[in-house]
Amino acid sequence: MSKTTPFYSRHLAAGGKIVEFAGYQLPLQFRGIIPEHHRVRTTVGVFDVSHMGRIRVWGANALQFINRMTTNDASNLEVYQAQYSVMCYPDGGIVDDLVVYRLPDHFLLVVNGANNEKDTAWLKEHLSGDVQLENVTTEVAQLAVQGPKAEACLQKISSIGLAPIGFYWAAEGKVAGVDVLISRTGYTGEDGFELYIPAEQALKVWDELMAAGKEFEIEPIGLGARDTLRLEMKYCLYGNDIDQTTNPLEAGLGFVVKLDKPGGFIGAEVLQKVANEKPRRRLVCLEMEDRAIPRPKLSVFADGNPVGFVTSGTLSPSLNKGIALAYVQRESARVGTKLTIEIRGNRHQAVLIAPPFYKHGSRKK
Amino acid sequence: MSSIPADLKYTKTHEWVRVEGDIAIVGITDFAQKELSDIVYVEITALGKTVKQTETIGFIEAVKATSDIYAPVSGEVIEANAQINKKEGDAPAMVNRDPYGMGWLCKIKISNPAELSTLLDQAAYTNLVQRSQHH
Repeated sequence: MSKTTPFYSRHLAAGGKIVEFAGYQLPLQFRGIIPEHHRVRTTVGVFDVSHMGRIRVWGANALQFINRMTTNDASNLEVYQAQYSVMCYPDGGIVDDLVVYRLPDHFLLVVNGANNEKDTAWLKEHLSGDVQLENVTTEVAQLAVQGPKAEACLQKISSIGLAPIGFYWAAEGKVAGVDVLISRTGYTGEDGFELYIPAEQALKVWDELMAAGKEFEIEPIGLGARDTLRLEMKYCLYGNDIDQTTNPLEAGLGFVVKLDKPGGFIGAEVLQKVANEKPRRRLVCLEMEDRAIPRPKLSVFADGNPVGFVTSGTLSPSLNKGIALAYVQRESARVGTKLTIEIRGNRHQAVLIAPPFYKHGSRKK
Repeated sequence: MSSIPADLKYTKTHEWVRVEGDIAIVGITDFAQKELSDIVYVEITALGKTVKQTETIGFIEAVKATSDIYAPVSGEVIEANAQINKKEGDAPAMVNRDPYGMGWLCKIKISNPAELSTLLDQAAYTNLVQRSQHH
């Protein structure tokens, strides 16, 4: 039997079409993927992301442990700063991608919901020295408030000023009178925040947020639009674009792989070799030149020869074009290259573009 | 609950048929459009061709997925709904808004009227939808 998040009653009340995702009953959509997508791009929408895994790590050797387990350099983090990162297997394959927060007395790791158990086991397996770890997924609810009006909306019910919170920084304050962790993070390309809320007070925050956002036409957003929004930004989805058979360098995540950080990390040796030899394939952005919509697993061709496969594909609601992420051989992975994707037996032309697909997001940098 | 009109015939693959003389007007059901959601493109690939019952006659692209359309009856596909196949705007979304009316997909000139008796009536299709929703 799958689980529900603290917001389940609100999803039903809002007419959400419920599906099982990462072991939870979550809304695929409410009003429709396209209108919800545009809501986030134009004003503000709210995502229940309580299915994400939340893991607290603390102890005298916590930083050392996290730095060993993740590819980015957590020693650069100041208190209340966050970073995107990746955990790898020794062979360079990806365990998961995650966000690491440094908080005053612990670290918070936010991982993919579908990987929560696997990641927790992987982390526990590697514990050494004075490190404590607790999975707090069920105690903490998580909302993402995303869109160009996210700050104006959330500010109305926040006890602290939000403007000083930088991109990938966090602060503690009251929202709707509830003590929450607020970070300027998200998965949409728009400005916005994620809120970490004690589960038992989660509905109070939801209800006040919806009331405060009325003037911005706030609405709940389902998993469908979450996927189209992230795909337009080339944000990777574990299980589609990255997994244990892909490495972060070929996925274009080299910016969070710090090969020369002191002490190294799991997978560093193999990734150093990949970096020296250059990845054989690259995760690239393909934009269709006709009305066909690419889907995962379809084959990609260059001059009639197979050079790769699609990992994510959709109609981009912002561009009104088919878009795809695909792994293609390095020789074909140049911006401007014309490739074809075989869709229902016909080859459809696509052009390889520089990420992201959607270039007008309100995201702070 | 999905709308399932009494005056139509249905397939197990969620097409509906309205018979007018020797012409079958074909669409997808309210249940099907809700499952697909956000329809962005419809193509009747068999337009002008003679098809057999249950053969693929086209496809529907929604944001999340692609779905084939199957011939509810054998015959010649004589017309595709041009109103839902315009390049501009959200014309294909008419299939979501009005699946039994303006959102019809194509017309087939029926070659074997006996096949009509193999289609589901309102009660049988309602039963099918209820079973689909419960698992």
